[in-house]
Amino acid sequence: MVRSYVLLAWTWTRAATAYPVSFALMTVFGLVVAGMDLAVILIIFANTTSLGGFGREEVLFLYGTASLAFTLADLLFSNLDRVSQHIRAGSLDTVLIRPVSAWIQLATDRFFPARIGRVLQAAAVLWYAVAALELERLWMVPLMVVCGLVIFAALWTFAGALQFVLTDAPEVVNAFTYGSGAYVQHPLSIYGKELVRATTFVLPLAFVNWLPGLYVLGRRDPLGLPSWAGLLAPAAALILLALSGLAWRQGIRHYRSTGS
Amino acid sequence: MIELQGAGRSFKVKRQVVHAVQDLTFRVEPGEFVGYLGPNGAGKSTTIKMLCGILTPTSGRVRVAGLDPSRKRTTLARRIGVVFGQRTTLWWDLPLKDSFELIRLLYKVDRKLFASRLEEMVETLDLAEFLARPVRQLSLGQRMRGDLAAALLHGPDLLVLDEPTIGLDVVSKAGIRDFLQRTNAERGTTVLLTTHDLGDIERLCRRVMVIDHGRLGFDGTLEDLMAGQSSLEEVVTRLYTGSLQ
Amino acid sequence: MPTCGHGLLSFPHAPEVTAIYLYPTLILYGFRKHATYVWAALAGAFTNSVFGILRAYVLIALWQARPHLGGYDVVDAVTFCFVTQAMIGPMQLFGGGLGIPERIRSGDIALDLVRPASLQAWTLAEDLGRAAYLLVVRGLPPTLLGALLFGLTHPDGPDRWALFGLSFLLGVVVSFAWRYLVALSVCWLIDERGVATVSMILMTFFSGLALPLTIFPGWLGELARSLPFAAMVQVPIDVYLGKGDGLAFQVLWAAVLLALGAAGTRLVRHKVVIQGG
Repeated sequence: MVRSYVLLAWTWTRAATAYPVSFALMTVFGLVVAGMDLAVILIIFANTTSLGGFGREEVLFLYGTASLAFTLADLLFSNLDRVSQHIRAGSLDTVLIRPVSAWIQLATDRFFPARIGRVLQAAAVLWYAVAALELERLWMVPLMVVCGLVIFAALWTFAGALQFVLTDAPEVVNAFTYGSGAYVQHPLSIYGKELVRATTFVLPLAFVNWLPGLYVLGRRDPLGLPSWAGLLAPAAALILLALSGLAWRQGIRHYRSTGS
Repeated sequence: MIELQGAGRSFKVKRQVVHAVQDLTFRVEPGEFVGYLGPNGAGKSTTIKMLCGILTPTSGRVRVAGLDPSRKRTTLARRIGVVFGQRTTLWWDLPLKDSFELIRLLYKVDRKLFASRLEEMVETLDLAEFLARPVRQLSLGQRMRGDLAAALLHGPDLLVLDEPTIGLDVVSKAGIRDFLQRTNAERGTTVLLTTHDLGDIERLCRRVMVIDHGRLGFDGTLEDLMAGQSSLEEVVTRLYTGSLQ
Repeated sequence: MPTCGHGLLSFPHAPEVTAIYLYPTLILYGFRKHATYVWAALAGAFTNSVFGILRAYVLIALWQARPHLGGYDVVDAVTFCFVTQAMIGPMQLFGGGLGIPERIRSGDIALDLVRPASLQAWTLAEDLGRAAYLLVVRGLPPTLLGALLFGLTHPDGPDRWALFGLSFLLGVVVSFAWRYLVALSVCWLIDERGVATVSMILMTFFSGLALPLTIFPGWLGELARSLPFAAMVQVPIDVYLGKGDGLAFQVLWAAVLLALGAAGTRLVRHKVVIQGG
């Protein structure tokens, strides 16, 4: 699987880097666009010293972990949300006759390596926050990013699976994928309690960076979950990934190829 | 090679169940060259897509090379080659030879074996002059030759062709027919071909199946289909417009 | 024919009589053209609503920490959030929406330029129709949802509503004038994605969509509040909330950008028609 992914991604990378100036420009612009979310946080902290009970570096830590996971998933899997385009163009048929899983082929379709700019921006912010905070449970940070990446990969898989049904309004899935990415950029303590509960127990977004982040920061959960709840992130991520895999299979099995 | 037992596929369109194909039962033995005929919307493409595992049958049983296509799609993909006349299976922006190389890697074909097959294809399909050109710049005839080569590079036992000669000029058609005949005769590749071009049928197919309104209406040799009449076109016109039995 | 409006020009009216019918008709066509993408618009409304809710919580948290920040109270801030989300569609804040780059690349722009009507006015009319459609289908749902979930304030009295309507219209015009300039720039560029990205950053960040410009610190705030992007979101929402009347500011920027656009059209005409592309 990994071999096929790398193979296909490399093919698209070669195509994208055929125009190096344009490629470099898009990498830089990706970095700047992602920087806008950071600018919002910095402007907020130009006006206050705490947001939802968290200081600037803590918020940047939560932003950095969430963004790094999200931008990595965006780089690696976001092309899955073009399923409905492939259905309308008929190109899904040609994907399905290859001896490689459709998921891999669609995830790598038009793989766009310039998105690495956003990943770099997120990594830089996380680097800064980790250095500024002197964390004790630093070992947990890479695990957080991996779990977040898995959760977002699962979300994009759901988004793709959903498009087998929603061929008319594929943009709806953006609210889930990009919306989830935006949701976890800020400390969840700012949101309504019901929303946070729903995103803990139903759609486990709280496990991207919030609960494990509280554990790393040594902070109490405002909703009263024990501090070890953050350690459940890998389990939550794997369960979500398994469910999204089932949804994807259902989508493929219910695919109704149209036209000749 | 192919075995269908009561296979059917229905769709729900505006709460009504539409049977694209129903109750299909037939066998295709290794080495056969079968033409699959039928008017537009008769269910030809649906059948082909069920054979490749693109569509899951809603009833009955489908086996291709002993495998259930919808459950073992990627395993089956290594054993069959598929060509859609209306769209390419090649990578649009990549040069043709890069598409072939990618196929070698995806299908895990041995490098030496691949090189010898490619050499043979380049020669018989006359690919040399446009091997380095991106697929989007190829003419329809060139693209179809590239698609055929791509479908055979991994040495499939079964070749499924959905209207491979559509839109081609007389010379290109003749070239492709020659190639298909040789592939079937020399390698023993089983071929299933849908087409609207009766010339394809007359030139290539020993056996013909006709499908209409999703049901198999005729299955026999070309001679039986003709039944002593002189024009295949007349026979087929009568079949398509009238009732099948 | 590429657009529906051609037939009108064959009417044997004097040009000024034609214009009276032409532009309203084009606005109507722009409206109808977008009405065929109703599912896309509704999906956009859904996305804008979701993001509206998320941003509302951020602003609530900020205004709880700093009540009366930037001259708004919490309700003002939440209203700011949802009404500006509703502006994304009509003001086309993520850029594009004019179809000119595609026509420049295909060469069809030459046909547009030889019409006896200004390309700029023509495009503006169609864009106003688009904005009107998106205001209804993509703008109202997030606003109503925001009112339902959080409770929003609204302009007090018909005068304020009228002033907001006018300011909103001016906002659309400034947004159009800017996007028109961006679209024309394709004529001189090989890869327009760079300009499109810069434009998107300017239109989302410096318009007030990301955060109210009134809380931007120091010189950044001064700069943001004087750029034309403020005329697209910050000024209309301030008129809505009764916090300011920047209509003159909008008129000024609309005039400047439209004049630049007219000059740009002449350059494009020179390049395409006289030099032959």
